Amino acid sequence: MDTKLLSLLEEDCTLTHAQLAAMAGMTKEEVAAAIKKWEDDKVILGYKAIVDWDRTHREAVTALIEVNVTPQRGEGFDRVAERIYQYEEVESVYLMSGSFDLTVIISGRTLKEVAQFVGERLAPLDDVTGTATHFILKKYKEKHLIFEPQEKQEREWIFV
Amino acid sequence: MDLRMNYEDILSKRIQTVRPSGIRKFFDLLEEMKDAISLGVGEPDFVTPWHIRDAGIYSLEKGFTHYTANAGMSDLRKEVSAYMNRRFDLQYPYSSQVLITVGGSEAIDAAFRVLVDPGDEVIIPVPSFVCYGPLVSMCSGVPVFLELKAEDEFRLTPEKLRSAITPKTKALVLPFPCNPTGGIMGREDLQAIAELLRGTDIMVVSDEIYAELTYGQHHVSMANIPDMYDRTVVIGGFSKSHAMTGWRMGYACAPAPIIQQMTKMHQFSIMCSPTTSQYAAIEAMKNGDRDVEHMRDEYDGRRRYLLEGLRRIGLPCFEPKGAFYMFPDIRGTGLTSDEFCERFLVEEHVAVISGSAFGPGGEGFVRCCYATSMKDLAEAMTRMERFLKNLKK
Repeated sequence: MDTKLLSLLEEDCTLTHAQLAAMAGMTKEEVAAAIKKWEDDKVILGYKAIVDWDRTHREAVTALIEVNVTPQRGEGFDRVAERIYQYEEVESVYLMSGSFDLTVIISGRTLKEVAQFVGERLAPLDDVTGTATHFILKKYKEKHLIFEPQEKQEREWIFV
Repeated sequence: MDLRMNYEDILSKRIQTVRPSGIRKFFDLLEEMKDAISLGVGEPDFVTPWHIRDAGIYSLEKGFTHYTANAGMSDLRKEVSAYMNRRFDLQYPYSSQVLITVGGSEAIDAAFRVLVDPGDEVIIPVPSFVCYGPLVSMCSGVPVFLELKAEDEFRLTPEKLRSAITPKTKALVLPFPCNPTGGIMGREDLQAIAELLRGTDIMVVSDEIYAELTYGQHHVSMANIPDMYDRTVVIGGFSKSHAMTGWRMGYACAPAPIIQQMTKMHQFSIMCSPTTSQYAAIEAMKNGDRDVEHMRDEYDGRRRYLLEGLRRIGLPCFEPKGAFYMFPDIRGTGLTSDEFCERFLVEEHVAVISGSAFGPGGEGFVRCCYATSMKDLAEAMTRMERFLKNLKK
């Protein structure tokens, strides 16, 4: 199926079916059917807003944890990854090449909350052989979106 | 100020006969509105891609702040030459047939200056960009406006052209893909025009600034048509294709004797194009093809959306195949183009440009630029629909 529609959605999932249809040169019905199929097939996993919590009153702390694990016979890293990603606090889990095995990104309300999770939940897991926690100090860009508002150029309306 | 000075007597008659663009007052109104949406300015909403900006910055860090060769850096001319070959199958040796200018506008100006003698006629299809007439007048040439019609998809037809050619005709302007109509000329359209020009001395100034922005078909240059290469000045630039309007980077490609004279003109009035911009432009030519493709895709989506929307709310609009403008027909509203624009701005806070600003033939139409965000386009359509409903009451 045409990936044009998928790219449009990836960029802005708030576009209406009518808008998407016009932009992709499809009918509304075709758009609806394609989206339904992608949702069913888990090509589209979900739709979420990207929030800059620093602009709200709510505290938020994010950490990136390098995790070394012992892979298991027959299941490789999948079983241990699953045991980790099931936790509510865990935002993302990636299997890595290189000097450690898993990247685990977790977010919590406070530093203590994150530290507690690592110390009490993650590190004690049988297959986890080591962790290194890096707290994220400032977010600059996520999913192509820039956190800091960009300065606008002073513009003269000229006739072109 | 010395009140005894009579500037009307002092200023050249030529410049005083050139009328300023009447768009200013609209923009002043627009400035005061907080929730205004502008589909007015014909400029990409994209910022210049970072790698191109970075190349400009790097050149400054290195202290590359001197003049370049008059015609432009040879590296840039080589890149333009390679680009014209790669994208449009045109051969222009960089050393004798490429001139780097301050935007496409300077190239247009220089082309007229080296071609037009007093009294020479220059045929200008309209509606089109506003600079051609005044620039021809400044050379004491005579602009001959030729009205294009919506029913011809705003293409120049040989019948139309034949009626405008006289023994004094020096040049024909081909403003395609066209601002404000979005009309383009395909190979066959150009061949039909070429048929009329063969055997004459009429030159072609082909303003191809929007060449990268065609939808569904690849741009064809007049210089691609047999026998036309030797009589065509191709104008190009980076503003629309690479979102580089503020860098002021353009070029002209033409037969060597013409480029030689244009370079002379450029040497005396400009010296050389800005050095920082030239470094950025080299990067754009070398590594910018994907940016162009990405932006074209984006515009195409918005184009389809706006076209569908305008037609849905009852404004007839031919499908523009180039540039980033819609040119809907507003005659059904009973308003003139100027009235439509003014009321739409005052009542709904959306700026579009009156077709009449683009010369005879533009009356009855308005130009909507869709190089703006989908969010703004969607909101503009909502307001347009409401505006049209209120008109009917």
